[in-house]
Amino acid sequence: MEKLFQKISFSSATLVLILLLGIFTTLFISAKPAIAEFGLEFITDKRWNQEVSLPQTKTPAQVATPAQNLEDDDAIADEDDMILDEDDEDDSMTKTVFGGLVPIVGTLLSTLIALVFAMPIAMGIAVFLAEIASKNISKYVGIAIELLAAIPSIIFGMWGLYYFAPIISDTFGGYQVSLLTAGLVLGVMILPFMAAVTRDSMNTTPDVLKESAYALGATKFEVVKDVIFPFSKVGIIGSIILALGRALGETMAVAFLIGAVYSLPETITDPTISIPVAMAVNFGEASGLGESSLFYLGLILFILSFAVISFAKFYFLKRTKV
Amino acid sequence: MTKVIKIALATSLLVSGLAANDVIKGSGASFPYSVYQKWTKAYNKDTGIKVDYISKGSSKGIKDAKARQVDFAGTDKPLSPKVLKKNGLYQFPGVVGAITMGYNLPHVKNLKLSRAAIVSIANGSVKYWDDSVIANANKGVKLPHKKLTFVHRADGSGTTFNFTYYLSKVSKKWRHTYGAKKSLNWPGNHHIGGNKNTGVASLIKQTPFAVGYIDYADAQKNGIVMATLENRAGNYIKPELKAFQAAAAKANLNPKKDFYSVIADPKGANSYPIVAATFILVPKENLAMDKKVTAFYDWSYKNGQEIAKSLGFVPLPESLINKIRGYWKEKGIN
Repeated sequence: MEKLFQKISFSSATLVLILLLGIFTTLFISAKPAIAEFGLEFITDKRWNQEVSLPQTKTPAQVATPAQNLEDDDAIADEDDMILDEDDEDDSMTKTVFGGLVPIVGTLLSTLIALVFAMPIAMGIAVFLAEIASKNISKYVGIAIELLAAIPSIIFGMWGLYYFAPIISDTFGGYQVSLLTAGLVLGVMILPFMAAVTRDSMNTTPDVLKESAYALGATKFEVVKDVIFPFSKVGIIGSIILALGRALGETMAVAFLIGAVYSLPETITDPTISIPVAMAVNFGEASGLGESSLFYLGLILFILSFAVISFAKFYFLKRTKV
Repeated sequence: MTKVIKIALATSLLVSGLAANDVIKGSGASFPYSVYQKWTKAYNKDTGIKVDYISKGSSKGIKDAKARQVDFAGTDKPLSPKVLKKNGLYQFPGVVGAITMGYNLPHVKNLKLSRAAIVSIANGSVKYWDDSVIANANKGVKLPHKKLTFVHRADGSGTTFNFTYYLSKVSKKWRHTYGAKKSLNWPGNHHIGGNKNTGVASLIKQTPFAVGYIDYADAQKNGIVMATLENRAGNYIKPELKAFQAAAAKANLNPKKDFYSVIADPKGANSYPIVAATFILVPKENLAMDKKVTAFYDWSYKNGQEIAKSLGFVPLPESLINKIRGYWKEKGIN
């Protein structure tokens, strides 16, 4: 019995590892054509789905075809080469370039906006619930926050598009769907995670510590600052990591709000695109190199979130243990 | 490992395939999805035969048809006879739809857009609404000196393909620079992308001084103001059913070429310019199933006209339906 139990728990744990490795491998295999084509420059290239003409000897022949049919507007032959462009990519003199810089930057910036917006509010909520509010209020507000976490992301997307986006563009100017709109709605979405986990970890502060601080004449603010925050640091960082993970990969809501434009934002109210959105909106109609480039983007997101989260985990959590 | 998964999937497919033997399975283009869905429902009610159409997008539909995973596939982009032959497919038109230019300009009721204006809006060369390229067609209308925002689809779609195809037909420069595509990296920095038709519709409605392309059905449903467009003959045509029908009648869909043609920018004094046909693909070898598919479409051409109209689509003209029936007969799938 004991052995069986051990084996079962062991295999549950290894299953996660196998899944992780499996996902990584399939992503890598599907992304391989794009990796071979664009290499690491993919990360710094801001062109997405853009045709670049290749310096080839075939060029004159290609140019001649449309010129022949200049007068013959209605002829199918005229349309032939155009419709077929996507089918017979080998014949064309151009090549389509995919680069991931814009989605990568968009992902990082929207996540950053979300964190900057959500962090202070989440801390405020947590301190209020854990220390200031009475038991009753704390209970009901706590439930409300947990409910906020249960709202599906598509609802945030629709709400953001119909009600939040006009408010943003009226207040800050610029476009309705933009980096800012997406970042703020993302912030609202990750808020409950941060608040709930932070509150829980603040609640674990032993009363003895707090009471002794009060006994020494500390004010409420000082207790929160000097006793509760240091004590629950690990939990707070954990909540931020959790929220970060959600913000990096959020797709549905952001797809409606970020504008889906492949250009680097010059101001915060410009539309741009993030990795999950690029994947979600293009996957249905992608083929060939485009599809593989999307997998490449997915691989980058995978590595990116893995790197960010493990960095946060090892760096912060190690320091707090000392 | 993958083998086990594959076997499991195959058996489950087999089981579901056995259980639902008389279901006609289709997938593909999302542009005609609303019509096909209503048609399949009405057809099921009338005959008891079940037709499933899954909206996956044209590219996936073509892939499914090539891989023989479906009994028929919908595509907004017609395949050339050469490609059809290579993959052993037949092709015929399903329904015709129209794409409109929806706009949001306070106090401007009847905006007219010339062919040049539509191209300039799409490629970003016009920055303000009172630019001469727009103003010339709108004498007597006071256009604001405001920045223009162009709204497009964020996701890949047949609507985008048909719109960019139209642009390619109007402008040689567009054709050689961008071409006709299902998703495009739009030029300029005056544009925003909406996710699906819903996203485009609400962005046009909510953004002052915005203009964008959207199919007639969704524009109507969302109460979007639609521009009057210049057609090939130089007349300005309102987006309405009879103009779409006039355009469909002029469409050069030839059964000898497997109806291979995109009908955007048709001839005719009263034709609405941005119209699009969407097509059905069936595999060559599966005659028994093809007959079921064509029976469904035959029924739909006959009885589905009102449904198509109510959704903002254009019923195929009688002459074209006869051509399609001839095509079926010739291929032995009627």
